[in-house]
Amino acid sequence: MSKKPVKKEVPTTGHSWDGIEEYDNPMPRWWLWTFYACIVFAIGYSIAYPAWPMINRATPGLLGYSTRQDGEAALIAAAQANDVINTKLAETELADISKDPELVTYATNAGAAVFRTWCAQCHGSGAAGVQANGYPNLLDDDWLWGGAIDDIHTTISHGIRNTMDDDARYSEMPAFGDILEQEQIAQVTNFVMSLSGDADSPDMIADGAIVFEENCAACHAEDGTGDRAQGAPNLTDAVWLYGDGYDHIFAQISKARNGVMPNWNTRLSEPEIRAVSIYVHSLGGGE
Amino acid sequence: MSILNKHKYIETNATLLLVLSFFVVSIGGLVQIVPLFYLENTIEDVEGMRPYSPLELTGRDIYIREGCYVCHSQMIRPIRDEIVRYGHYSLAAESQYDHPFQWGSKRTGPDLARVGGRYSDEWHVDHLRDPQSVVPESVMPKYAFLEETRIEGTYIKDLIETHRFVGVPYTDDMVDNAYLDFMAQSNPDSDYDGLLERYPGAQVRNFDGQPGISELDALIAYLQMLGTLVDFSTFEPDASR
Repeated sequence: MSKKPVKKEVPTTGHSWDGIEEYDNPMPRWWLWTFYACIVFAIGYSIAYPAWPMINRATPGLLGYSTRQDGEAALIAAAQANDVINTKLAETELADISKDPELVTYATNAGAAVFRTWCAQCHGSGAAGVQANGYPNLLDDDWLWGGAIDDIHTTISHGIRNTMDDDARYSEMPAFGDILEQEQIAQVTNFVMSLSGDADSPDMIADGAIVFEENCAACHAEDGTGDRAQGAPNLTDAVWLYGDGYDHIFAQISKARNGVMPNWNTRLSEPEIRAVSIYVHSLGGGE
Repeated sequence: MSILNKHKYIETNATLLLVLSFFVVSIGGLVQIVPLFYLENTIEDVEGMRPYSPLELTGRDIYIREGCYVCHSQMIRPIRDEIVRYGHYSLAAESQYDHPFQWGSKRTGPDLARVGGRYSDEWHVDHLRDPQSVVPESVMPKYAFLEETRIEGTYIKDLIETHRFVGVPYTDDMVDNAYLDFMAQSNPDSDYDGLLERYPGAQVRNFDGQPGISELDALIAYLQMLGTLVDFSTFEPDASR
């Protein structure tokens, strides 16, 4: 073991254990001053920013900083940046928006963003819906409640069959399984299939027509083209919300599924609703 | 700095060392413990908050049991992009009846603090049964077994009493009617006037669309009320909270 030179001026702590002593080296100066600076900073910080819990509230801090106010300010700044065009969008007649290219460009882009955030979960990120589960395709030209811009705007604002909005679109197809005989449902299923293609059992169509006239025509119209005022689908276009084929149609007649859509007027602003209406209207099926 | 040089005196005087150690530790303890007694003052004064109904509370237990909080937060921060995506930022008042709170710390899935009313019940059924059937890009596991698991509400009164024990202001009326309220909420044909009186704003529907009460009923009842209670038209933000 080579002996290191010992700095004589460093004092020991004064302890001695079995003859072993401990040097009392001072802390490095840079470390010590950084430590003191941290303490001073912490005191200053707790004065400047909300910090100490008191009886009724925490100390608010001299700078008056508030994350909530910051968030609100960012929202207000964003709203002001788009204020002019949003006001224009909200005040232009719905049907006239398409005549203003600037509004259309803005609304289509803003609407696409709204759609991806709030609508895509049910209608799909490409708006094709989920056919297997009965979420309508918005790309085709088949509309349950109407495909004009006003109709789309109303549907998005108030929703369909929800319990949140008294103005929600409402209709309810009864469960005909409790009303008709199984045989009658089979007949009318074949009749409905024959409206847009081939029936499973063509010999039942004639009887089915009678069942249809007595039970279904009030909503779906005599010729099966439906009634948009009640959201009764057109049965002649081979577009099926709850699946095609005998089994699916039979099941829907027996125990109808009635789709629900939330109202968006409490979550989205009027310009946002209008923007997404324009976007949906532009997807290909708008009337 | 004479007092700092008294090491030897203190360290060789056991009683004094004990007293002074206790003094130092108490300061640390007080700083951490005392603010808890004034926790109430961080909770905003809002209208509309109420304890969970029995069915919602059961759904909340299922939410916790399945570890939903591992991937979903329930805390909308006061930041522009979160407010735009999820809605008004969360208030302390909105989780005041949560034991334990479900703020979460990770978002593999979206925040659920205001998911109530955002989707239809049918969507929740489809989505919990097979998330990819409605959201193809989702990485959420399937929870199809929830709709097959019946729940009887045998211990619902105990559950309510437990939550009352830890500070949720359930009234005697709520405790006594726990089972009735539990049975009524997912049955629109039942007599649910008492339920609505005790739990204003409770939603009464057959959430899973099937007869009987399943775990899916309870979970959807819970999801559909999340973030819907506070009346924000009467809410005024306070900068210090």
